[in-house]
Amino acid sequence: MSDRATVPEVRSASSAAVPDAGSAKARRLRWNPALIAGVVLLGGTGLTVLIASLVIGDGAARLSADIAQPASGEHWLGTDYFGRDQLARALVGAEASLIMALAATVISMSIGVLAGAAVWTAPRRVRELALRFVEITVSYPELLVAVVLAAILGAGRWQLVVAVAVANIPATARLTANLSGALYQRDFVTTARLSGVPRRAVIGRHLLPNMAEPLLIQVAAAFSTGLVAMSALSFVGLGVQTPDFDLGRLLADALPSIYSRPLEVVGPTLLILLLSVGAMLIGDGLAAAVDPRVRRRTTARAETPAGSAPGASTAPVVVRDLAVARADGTPLVRGVSFEIGRGEIVGLVGESGSGKSLTALSLARLLPEGLTATASELRAGGIDLLGRPTRRELADTVAMVYQDPGTTFNPALRMGTQLTEVLRVHRGLSKSAARSVITDLLAKVHITDPERVLRAHPYELSGGMRQRAMIAAALAAEPALLVADEPTTALDTTVAAGILRELGRIRDETGTSILFISHDLGVVEELCDRVLVMKDGEIVEELTCEALRAGAVTAPYTRMLLDSVPRLAVRS
Amino acid sequence: MTDTTELTPPRPRRVRAGSSWTGFALRRLGGLAGTVVIAVVVTFVIVPLIPGDPAVSAAGPDATIDQINRVRAELGLDRPLYERFFDYVGGLLQGDLGHSFSLNAPVSEVVFRRLPFTAGLSFLALLVVLVLAVPLGMAIGALTRGGKRRRLDSTFNYVTAVVAAIPPYVMATLLVLLFAVTLEVLPPAYTRSQPGLSLLLPAFALSLPSICLIARVVRRETAVVLEQDFLRTARGWRLSGLRMALRYVLPNVLTSTLTLSGIVLVAMLGGAISVETVFGWPGLGLGVVNAVATKDYPLVQGIVLILAVLSALMTMAVDVLLGIVDPRVRGGQHV
Repeated sequence: MSDRATVPEVRSASSAAVPDAGSAKARRLRWNPALIAGVVLLGGTGLTVLIASLVIGDGAARLSADIAQPASGEHWLGTDYFGRDQLARALVGAEASLIMALAATVISMSIGVLAGAAVWTAPRRVRELALRFVEITVSYPELLVAVVLAAILGAGRWQLVVAVAVANIPATARLTANLSGALYQRDFVTTARLSGVPRRAVIGRHLLPNMAEPLLIQVAAAFSTGLVAMSALSFVGLGVQTPDFDLGRLLADALPSIYSRPLEVVGPTLLILLLSVGAMLIGDGLAAAVDPRVRRRTTARAETPAGSAPGASTAPVVVRDLAVARADGTPLVRGVSFEIGRGEIVGLVGESGSGKSLTALSLARLLPEGLTATASELRAGGIDLLGRPTRRELADTVAMVYQDPGTTFNPALRMGTQLTEVLRVHRGLSKSAARSVITDLLAKVHITDPERVLRAHPYELSGGMRQRAMIAAALAAEPALLVADEPTTALDTTVAAGILRELGRIRDETGTSILFISHDLGVVEELCDRVLVMKDGEIVEELTCEALRAGAVTAPYTRMLLDSVPRLAVRS
Repeated sequence: MTDTTELTPPRPRRVRAGSSWTGFALRRLGGLAGTVVIAVVVTFVIVPLIPGDPAVSAAGPDATIDQINRVRAELGLDRPLYERFFDYVGGLLQGDLGHSFSLNAPVSEVVFRRLPFTAGLSFLALLVVLVLAVPLGMAIGALTRGGKRRRLDSTFNYVTAVVAAIPPYVMATLLVLLFAVTLEVLPPAYTRSQPGLSLLLPAFALSLPSICLIARVVRRETAVVLEQDFLRTARGWRLSGLRMALRYVLPNVLTSTLTLSGIVLVAMLGGAISVETVFGWPGLGLGVVNAVATKDYPLVQGIVLILAVLSALMTMAVDVLLGIVDPRVRGGQHV
């Protein structure tokens, strides 16, 4: 039982552990299909059960001479050995289960939330001890805790409610404590505390309203856990006792005669399913409604652009009339044309959203799903990028170096494994051969201890080291074109300068064409031979580096970019 | 200048392997010790917490004064609380779990006769879960990437939501209806002559809801991992789909999957309580239910303690596995 119940709580705890600043303002609940289905299912079943047990409920206890009848117009689910109507019994049992689950939810939520929030207003020692205690109690199976409580309290309705409610308190308390912990360090709570707002007001005014969403999900989880746990306990005979009954008791009574009268299990099974599926869907729907991660992009599959006119240019990299559009036709890049000569470094500058990265990704054939690139010519190192190049051809032709936010490498694999991938997969080199090639390359990009880097996991290296390693991996394929997409943006100035020097040296030594993307004209000025300035998906100006240094720009947009360079220099 | 390239906070670097393992092991052992201590205290207080006279309720309604007094002496109720506690702990340290009066046998004997049944059931169920749920979740995650195949997406979502919401004992009932009553291919309950065959239905009853649950999480994690920068890097290196799935997606989905599996495995011990009852499976779950029903308090204490220690050991096993798979966990960082 508790397997499914524990997990929505865990999920909500992780997804909502750090509520964003605006969550205090009532955000509108986004209705989604799961939420609607859950509300309809649980609400509909609940209402039906409540009304039906008022109307035909007396049939549940009325003995009659119609003993063990099959289904009929009068008794839709037949009668049991005492001649009682099975449907009426199932409905009354469901009513009992529902009410008990609600009661247990109210108890466990109020105590759990209060305890969890109070932990954070307690002195540090007490708090740490309490948190550790809660952590441990959560690790026991909930049903086992409920069984222990049932052993202490004995069997019966209220004992069952208390047992299940208490078993569910630790989960709620931990969630609340985690949420409060995240909130407690936030400025507005600190301010309130320091300005002498009493504890109770801090909890009531600042903590609880900011936890409304995850707690709401927890209510749904507690309800479904409670419902299932209580019927499970009654089912195994430790909960509600005959002649009293709930859904679990009914199912247990029906089970021994499952061969002779399988109809008897139908009513309770169906009702348990309806109620628990409904509660689960509500919890899921609520979690989805507040989880920004689940929001889907509306994109469709990109199709391979077709049809190219053979160009006259002999430059290793040629882009003619490149356009990138969304699936709905929204243009993102329009009519971009340029060439990159052998050993030339071309800078591509513009603010975010100007289309510079999309241009580069089109060249690398790595556009995200849902974007389509078309061009009259798109060529790099003798490969027609509009055709159907193999993976190996692509790997040998275009290599990418990305901005390093610490996430460009697979955190689970050692650097050596990742850096040698291209050599092993596309060049068929053995592990040791690939390793020695990479070791040389790492030394070439001035990594002092290549062996250590190869053994390390990505997180053990600095950003500059990772970026050098990334460049080494890119060089392994001896590509005709190296696309560097903001390779220095996330690095500090001295490290960035080192990376730029490496790129310059690579160009000098290998004659690789480099497309260097940046939003920083200062950096571009130092490194590039030519600069393309992009704005709103189009190239607005093309400059030589000398012209840029001399400030001989014509487009007002480039002037604006140029004017902001000194400020950047001061900041860094 | 307007580029919003925020710097992510740098992760602490250079966690030395040797020291990280020691600290990691100490932390985990500390957690285990805490769990066991609390379990010992909680199982001990079961008896003093029982309202009224535990001896009267344990001896049953028709007991004579003599019988009640004998039970009282056996439970040690005539002695002060602290003395009983030290006796209890002392007994535990010598492997003495007490004496079951309903079965007239040492509790440890009963526990170790039943333990393999629960362990086997939970282990098989978890194996089935991992073997089926992880590939299923990854496949669905990859197939529906970027909003593709909407119909598959929603079918998967609803089917798994419904199946995951079915309580294990109801699932057990449904499986008995289908495979034992209707198709008559599997035994409806534990039969001594075919223990292997009769293990199948309980294992599936326990694992089916968890399969759906874990497949959903794997699917969601896969979708997240597929959008990560390092997958862009791998795509840039033009690796094949299978290679990316096995080496770039799987290890990074594994952390959350294993964390969840730990929770699911522990919850399975709870689920086993009801599922074992359906199938008359002679494991610890059924044992504790019978013990509570017959008010055999020493047996309740013994089984609950063993189940609690088992769940703590499993949590630790999963943590150690996580430490092996993901070195960042060892460093004490939350991933």
